[in-house]
Amino acid sequence: MSMATASIPTVERENYLNKHYGVGSWLFTTDHKRIALLYLLSITFFFFIGGFFALLIRLELLTPAGDLVQADSYNKLFTMHGMVMVFFFLIPSIPAVLGNFLVPLMIGAKDLAFPKINLLSWYLYIIGGVMMLHCMLTGGVDTGWTFYVPFSTAFSNTKVVEAGLAIFVAGFSSILTGLNFVVTIHRLRAPGMSWSRLPLFIWAHYATSIIQLLGTPVIAITLVLVAAERALHLGIFDPKLGGDPLLFQHLFWFYSHPAVYIMILPSMGIISEIIACFSRKRIFGYSFVAFSSIAIAVFGFLVWAHHMFVAGISVYAALVFSLLSYLVAVPSAVKVFNWTATMYKGSIYYDAPMLYAFGFLGLFTVGGLTGLFLAALGIDVHVTDTYFVIAHFHYIMVGGAVMGYLGGMHFWWPKISGRLYPEGWAKLAALIVFIGFNLTFFPQFILGYIGMPRRYYQYPPEFQVLNVLSTAGATILGVGYLLPMVYFLWSMRYGKPAPDNPWNAAGLEWKTASPPPTFNFDEEPVVTWEAYNYDELNRFPVKEETPVAR
Amino acid sequence: MPDSQLTAAHNPALLHHFAEPQQQRDAASLGTWVFLGTEIMFFGGLFCTYLVYRRGYFGDWGAASKTLDVTLGATNTAVLICSSLTVVLAVWAAQTGRRRLLIGNLLATLVLGTAFLGIKGIEYKEKFEKHHVPGASFQFNNVRIPGHPDQYANPSHAEIFFALYFVMTGLHALHMIVGIGIFIWLTVMAWKGRFTPEYNTPVEMGGLYWHFVDIIWIYLFPLLYLIDRHP
Repeated sequence: MSMATASIPTVERENYLNKHYGVGSWLFTTDHKRIALLYLLSITFFFFIGGFFALLIRLELLTPAGDLVQADSYNKLFTMHGMVMVFFFLIPSIPAVLGNFLVPLMIGAKDLAFPKINLLSWYLYIIGGVMMLHCMLTGGVDTGWTFYVPFSTAFSNTKVVEAGLAIFVAGFSSILTGLNFVVTIHRLRAPGMSWSRLPLFIWAHYATSIIQLLGTPVIAITLVLVAAERALHLGIFDPKLGGDPLLFQHLFWFYSHPAVYIMILPSMGIISEIIACFSRKRIFGYSFVAFSSIAIAVFGFLVWAHHMFVAGISVYAALVFSLLSYLVAVPSAVKVFNWTATMYKGSIYYDAPMLYAFGFLGLFTVGGLTGLFLAALGIDVHVTDTYFVIAHFHYIMVGGAVMGYLGGMHFWWPKISGRLYPEGWAKLAALIVFIGFNLTFFPQFILGYIGMPRRYYQYPPEFQVLNVLSTAGATILGVGYLLPMVYFLWSMRYGKPAPDNPWNAAGLEWKTASPPPTFNFDEEPVVTWEAYNYDELNRFPVKEETPVAR
Repeated sequence: MPDSQLTAAHNPALLHHFAEPQQQRDAASLGTWVFLGTEIMFFGGLFCTYLVYRRGYFGDWGAASKTLDVTLGATNTAVLICSSLTVVLAVWAAQTGRRRLLIGNLLATLVLGTAFLGIKGIEYKEKFEKHHVPGASFQFNNVRIPGHPDQYANPSHAEIFFALYFVMTGLHALHMIVGIGIFIWLTVMAWKGRFTPEYNTPVEMGGLYWHFVDIIWIYLFPLLYLIDRHP
């Protein structure tokens, strides 16, 4: 490579961002990179809506009395916080933004297999999102994000049907994303990109897609049944007519437990990329990490009834589901151990993405281990429907999934935007998020263990100290989430132009321009190396002249 | 441009992000099969629900099932199996470049699909007349349980049967309507001569979808109509 090509060109090259301008060029694009950015805008919008509900919940819980809102409004607040965050932020977050952007780049393809279906998927998401917004603005819904019957079908007087249909529509967007990924990974890999050379990010997205494809249709039909039952009084879930409410819970959790892995698996894929890059080492036990993703997807479908231990299922079923839930811990632990082993004797760099990865490791481990507490029948009976459960799943879904998402956004931001973000601010934000998160949710473990139930808007005064800590932490966490948004936007205009490979990282996505051209690569790449060949990269360190992010 | 330069890159049906027509066909085929996999899970939730209540309310469901018109159901089964044959012939005609045979079979499929929906409509009308539609006006009194002449079926449990009957056959009919839409589009494309022995992927994929919808009915028919028929 000559010096001229290594330096930053003064005239901007043609890329996917500057090739076309105008609203139409975005709304009718079939470029996976542009659709990723459309998704980025939309999920960020819903993240802040969901965050706004969380803020109101934490403000209400600042004092033991029900002073800010009354019971009915509080029920709506936690319901809509859950629905928006789960179905309109967490599920699409990493796959639809980073996955959409990176899957074709990482395997050396020009686009996803079905670009128009990719765009359709975004429109379905938007239609579902608008329905959800309309539902929220015209009265909201109060069933909890779980839609439990017969409350949702017979008793709730809120907009259950509309919320259910919004999630039904958004579900198809998730199915189509998964379908696109599976076909793309099977059929569009560049020459030489064998399955054993795929980045672990791709393996994680493949596993995620399997869950999206097999799980989402089941919740779709379940929501259809709930809506039909509510509108037409069918009796399928109504105990008065001989219907079985437990059947609803089985169908609901058949999707909604694996859905947790839709949130965490892509995040694990990101962590594998970041830890290998910032330890300057090939990932330890590549095939174990790859197949543990598949194992999590498969086992994930066999554990749903651990949400129902106190709902009246048989003792023997509970025993089996408890045992199977323990089994999911095995592939998860394999990943954590392999990431740790990768760092062992590596040359570790403490850049912002790596800080998020560290945060992920700690928080996911706490979330995962408390998951084992909950999988144990005896402890689960004690802490069911308490803040212990709330703290546990926020450690996984926020501490795990969102940490990975933010880490990934920092890692690939130079590729996405063609600009470098301010490293100092990014490190500060990572620290604030970590501190704010723990201050918010660790007290909730204790609260739950000493008996504070979830979904209550009042509580005895002795719980107040821990609740004040939690609310204070949530404020800090909010600042930590706003900061990256501010400096990412800032960097799009004022950030230093990014070189093609600012981290000297392995992976095809770093071998094309930043930002990439519309068809990703000027020449079709041919892969002749193993994934994470950091041994080779380290022998040819980045030249001094090239501005590097760190 | 001489014919020799007309390579795969100039194939008008080849999209830019595929290297060759074979890769594009493989992607479409895998995509369709994966989609049908999600459809199985979609209907799977209903089959699972069916299983739970069939086990729980065995006699009541037998009594409810016996009120369905097995002749109309069997006729519809025959109609759908015939339509699967015309679909296979259409795919074969497309692959071998027989345009008129292709159009004829697509039209035949459309006629058979519409006939199915018509017969289904007659059955639905009958349900309304007999007050077998779940809801406020549902009636199922004094119906004896087959094999137990001294016992009457529980109307609530029979209502769940009819609820599932309508959801399952309704969802199936919705898929038929989508299928008819796809086949109208295929007929128009075939009329314009878009399908050749080299490029006929849409016919094949539409055919896969049609067969899938048929197979769903092949399961629905015995589960809904035939569970308690004795000579």
